[in-house]
Amino acid sequence: MSAPAAPPAISSSAHAASGDGPWPHVLLAWPTVALTVLFLVPLGIIAALGFFRRIQAGFFEVAFVTDNYARALDAFHLERLAVSVVLALAATLVTLLLAVPFTYLLTRRPRARQVPYLVLVLASLSLSEVIVAFAWSLLLSRTSGISNLLVAVGLMDRAASWSPGLAAVLLAYVFIALPLAILSLYPTFSRLDQELPEAAGTMGATPLAGFVTVVLPLVRRAVAATGALVFIFVLGAYVIPQTLGRPAQWTMPVHITDQAIMKNHLPLAASLAIVLLVVSSLVAVAIVALGAGRWPRLALPGRAR
Amino acid sequence: MSADRPDLVIQGLGKRFGATVALDGVDLRLPGGSLVCFVGPSGCGKTTLLRVIAGLETPTTGHLLLGDRDLTRVPVHLREVGMVFQSYALFPHLTVAENVAYGLRIRGVKRRERLARAQELLALVQLPDVADKRIAELSGGMRQRVAMARALALDPALFLLDEPLSALDAKLREGMQVELRRLQRRVGITTIIVTHDQEEAMAMADLVVVMGDNRVQQVGPPLEIYRRPVNRFVANFVGRNNFLPARVVANDAVEVAGVRVSVARDLPVPQVGTDVTVAARPEMLRLRAQAPAGPALRGTVSMVRDLGRAVETRVRVVGQELVVSGRGGFAEGDEVWVELPEAGLVALAA
Repeated sequence: MSAPAAPPAISSSAHAASGDGPWPHVLLAWPTVALTVLFLVPLGIIAALGFFRRIQAGFFEVAFVTDNYARALDAFHLERLAVSVVLALAATLVTLLLAVPFTYLLTRRPRARQVPYLVLVLASLSLSEVIVAFAWSLLLSRTSGISNLLVAVGLMDRAASWSPGLAAVLLAYVFIALPLAILSLYPTFSRLDQELPEAAGTMGATPLAGFVTVVLPLVRRAVAATGALVFIFVLGAYVIPQTLGRPAQWTMPVHITDQAIMKNHLPLAASLAIVLLVVSSLVAVAIVALGAGRWPRLALPGRAR
Repeated sequence: MSADRPDLVIQGLGKRFGATVALDGVDLRLPGGSLVCFVGPSGCGKTTLLRVIAGLETPTTGHLLLGDRDLTRVPVHLREVGMVFQSYALFPHLTVAENVAYGLRIRGVKRRERLARAQELLALVQLPDVADKRIAELSGGMRQRVAMARALALDPALFLLDEPLSALDAKLREGMQVELRRLQRRVGITTIIVTHDQEEAMAMADLVVVMGDNRVQQVGPPLEIYRRPVNRFVANFVGRNNFLPARVVANDAVEVAGVRVSVARDLPVPQVGTDVTVAARPEMLRLRAQAPAGPALRGTVSMVRDLGRAVETRVRVVGQELVVSGRGGFAEGDEVWVELPEAGLVALAA
């Protein structure tokens, strides 16, 4: 019944298989279109917005003024920028210090035993920053937090408030970044030949020495790329520093939000965002470059020249 | 074997992975300075045994002694073993010389000194000109030599090799067997080679340890393993064999299809009247056109294959096919006598 329709169907599937016809091009063009429309165009708008003039009573008007960028680079905002970068770097360092050994040890386990851990990691990745921030603010509070539990078991005399503060912000940063870091490191670590650290062991290397001299040099690019990813991810968080931090820990995203939403100063918010973008890109590139270059020579016996 | 190389003694060694038994009650004494091959089919536990000796696995039961030193709980990095892994496990981020000198670097030997030592070792394995190359630039055979040089760099008490030749092609493998044997003679280190290839084991070892079913089946010099297998597993795994049903008629003789034939006397022959299996190597059997004086079985030639160095003749005898290796001279369909060797047959539990 459908015999006449058969030949075109066959020829079109042959086209698709051999890469002919318009569809492969359309599908391949999608990332370019998406990147342009959804990323570069808004970015251009924001960059331009930074030069517009704010109208005190209303919104903004199209103009070309440099006041906003000048203000984005004043002492106050530069100090906020430095705090943001240092906080994000600290969180990145702590995250890597936890994620690298964890992922290494996880990938040494038999496959079947890795699954429960991976499920847990994926599950915690599904929590949004907002949920994490509010959950930790509860857990660290005096009235209903973990300290009450420690009082109950006799480890503390009285309940304490651990939030807001620097430690609370770092804790939540690491909490949201850890699953991301583990999943980013996992493929490289699981491809690593298990016999390499074993071989180091037979030649007298302690597990730590083998890890430092054999494993780390082989995974350093993946570790650096993960570091850059975590850094950018953490630097963009604004609910965590706002909810769990004191004003001293309020990062650029908090101030950008403040200018954009509370103070209605969109041009300043836009210029701050552009400054943050440029600085975070530079730091991320520096982190990746560090990974691509020689691993910093670590103090080991036999290093003396 | 050697006064300054202590024996390796393994006592009641067992290893379990969860519910799986990988090694079951292994007892061995490996003479210091000898070359030992662990041979057996895959999954027989030979690699696990090697890894336990290296310290890469902790035994569930038993002890491991090197001379009077108990190694059982000594961690791998303090054990002073040199190991060649099946994948070679060379470090891809280091040069050849840096790989060979790795153990010296861990020991704190100065850079110049350790690289000079690496050169010596590379000369020992006949790879003098590759010191500054990357591992990725080497062929399989070269990697194998680098792995051996690296394992010998610290003058280890034990030299362990896990299937060292399995990744090489047949021609290269045979050359490496000879070279490995020579190298071991030169350095004199107690060496254990794991292989699934029984011919390789026979060709290299002073002592062969045949493993099967997660335990040691037989230990002995290659010829003894070949001529006097203790059970059907060994008789079947090492070389080729014909198996014939038989019955014990005296403490040194059995009857095969009504023909009385003596068996090797130093074997524990079961009680008179019990059923046994006799094993006969193809090259121990002779084909005769006429009935010989000694014990022989009558049969019909079913197939002839000229293999170059010998002719393989298959003969149908008492309901089964015997493989005879010799000079040939018979054709399919010929009526022949298969002469059984006096005292050359091995009686095994049925």
